[in-house]
Amino acid sequence: MATVELRNLRKTYLHEEIIKGVSLAIAEREFIVFVGPSGCGKSTLLRMIAGLEDISAGDLLIDGQRVNDTEPARRGVAMVFQSYALYPHMNVYRNMEFSLRLAGMPEAERRQRIGDVARILQLDPYLDHKPGQLSGGQRQRVAIGRAIVRNPRVFLFDEPLSNLDAALRGQMRVELASLHRRLDATTIYVTHDQVEAMTMADRIVVLDKGVVEQIGTPLELYHRPRNLFVARFMGSPPMNLLPATINAHDPDGTMQVRTETLSVSIPTQQGGLEVGAPATLGIRPEHIRIDPQGAVQGMVEVSERLGAVTLLHVRLPDGQMIVVQTGGDNTDSADTPICMTFEEEHCHLFDADGMALARSTDHPLLAGA
Amino acid sequence: MARTSTRLRHAAITVLAWGIALWMFFPILWMFLTGFKSEPDALSTPPHFLFHPTLSSYQDVFARENYWHFATNSVVISVMATLVALLVSIPAAYAMAFLPGPRTRMTLLWMLSTRMLPSVGVLVPIYLLARATGLLDSRTGLIVIYMLTNLPITVWMLYTFFREVPVAILEAGRMDGATRWQEVTQVLMPLALPGIASTGLLSLILCWNETFWSLNLTSSIAAPLTTFIASFSSPEGLFFAKLSAASTLAVAPIMVFGWVSQKQLVRGLTFGAVK
Ligand SMILES: Nc1ncnc2c1ncn2[C@@H]1O[C@H](COP(=O)(O)OP(=O)(O)O)[C@@H](O)[C@H]1O
Ligand SMILES: [Mg+2]
Repeated sequence: MATVELRNLRKTYLHEEIIKGVSLAIAEREFIVFVGPSGCGKSTLLRMIAGLEDISAGDLLIDGQRVNDTEPARRGVAMVFQSYALYPHMNVYRNMEFSLRLAGMPEAERRQRIGDVARILQLDPYLDHKPGQLSGGQRQRVAIGRAIVRNPRVFLFDEPLSNLDAALRGQMRVELASLHRRLDATTIYVTHDQVEAMTMADRIVVLDKGVVEQIGTPLELYHRPRNLFVARFMGSPPMNLLPATINAHDPDGTMQVRTETLSVSIPTQQGGLEVGAPATLGIRPEHIRIDPQGAVQGMVEVSERLGAVTLLHVRLPDGQMIVVQTGGDNTDSADTPICMTFEEEHCHLFDADGMALARSTDHPLLAGA
Repeated sequence: MARTSTRLRHAAITVLAWGIALWMFFPILWMFLTGFKSEPDALSTPPHFLFHPTLSSYQDVFARENYWHFATNSVVISVMATLVALLVSIPAAYAMAFLPGPRTRMTLLWMLSTRMLPSVGVLVPIYLLARATGLLDSRTGLIVIYMLTNLPITVWMLYTFFREVPVAILEAGRMDGATRWQEVTQVLMPLALPGIASTGLLSLILCWNETFWSLNLTSSIAAPLTTFIASFSSPEGLFFAKLSAASTLAVAPIMVFGWVSQKQLVRGLTFGAVK
């Protein structure tokens, strides 16, 4: 198992910079997820770590050794491709054997290793099948098996589940997580799906246009997004964002924030924003309570019943739409007027540049983090 | 009703296809038949479809020229030129398909454009070069010329076939520790084998049928079957039966070969459009 360190990595294609200085230290056994919208440079960054793309500037260290100029196979990394990239002309056994054969491993040991891996991944019955004869999920397993047999120091995954249907994706997500626990391997996993990121990662790296927006545990990103981009990207349904202004400024740092239709006071650290400054108020759907005494009024436009919870799409008097998450037993239907309370301790405040204001109180789950 | 009309259409298309095929095949059939006629029969107008078959033309042909000498030259020259062409064009096509530079496309087009040059346009310089290097009437000379003239086609064809191979599979090979050589020989070539085979076949046929350079650069030692045919045409007037017998002997090997490898050829000639 290995540590991986990225020091100010950059990638330039022709004259366009795709990766604009990414720094990150990955601990042994950590499961790191790169997440971000399509085209933000996730695959490029992963391929730079794999050795499939040159590094334009910066240093890449595996176990403390600079590997910028090391051949992919010598880096001790294995990669699972989005398209699986199995060798179509070789059967499952040969696919997994290829790297071992190239490394000069004796036949008996190869057989042993492949047998073990095939058992873990339930591939025993398919060892003499060609990839073309397998289903998507089975191909996925072979691709993972091909990575595992090499016993690499670091696993790289590039959107490995995006070609599977929803049910299989959910199942493979759990399998991958338990496989990670079992193998204890340092893993870097790329996805554009924030659900995959939230459920599997030890730490998430949010990327946008080749820049790291935030690095943190799933709950850190969820409860303390550093800026509007992360706030919008993490969480489904996404955080409600309302344009606001700073109304007053208590000596203890609490901000009185007003939007067109409501006002809340948010405990932030001192030295934040001037009175009158424009800002953005953010609150997640589950932090808005339906409350007959609530100060915020609105009209239900659509009610989405998901069973366990119900999502109400509510129009505020100024026309703004927000999403409110309530219990699955909620009976409010379209065109019902409702009153709500915004839980102030869960409100987020962003300045005009989209940066979150530091809070004076910490989230209970993140205390000490 | 609709079904009857589609059936009729199918029948019409089948008849048409057979018609065209027979029309195209007819000269070869006629040549084959003429080879078994006596010279007077071969020349008669209107032509005789019914005649007493005779092997006399074949006997004459074998008596006058050493067929096996020419045939061996054809085989050696075609096979060698094809092998060398593949050896050169596989790495070239690999580089163009997987490591393209800003000028790769232009290079490909330019290479193809050299095929449009009429051979006779460079006859004098090539002849002088061949004479200066002692390659006149030598197999090596023809091998080099054939290889060079076919390179644009083989590189272009291999390039199109290689482009169909997903890059990720080669990258997977690289991740698995394959050197460039192993990547090409153990991953790319097995995957592109049908394409490589079609390219080789086409090259073989082109070399086998090449006439211009073989007539101009060889006389006896290195002469392939195309010169063998030519030797039966002009000097002694028109001996159609013997000429036909000689031609049949010359095209028979490549025809049998082409027929056996028909499937590969169709794939090759449609440049990989048929999967
Ligand atoms: N070989 C290349 N040449 C030029 N631009 C590229 C190349 N590969 C990727 N890019 C660009 O780099 C950006 C990031 O691509 P990628 O890493 O694949 O994004 P992601 O995986 O996050 O969707 C994209 O804008 C893409 O157009
Ligand atoms: Mg990608």
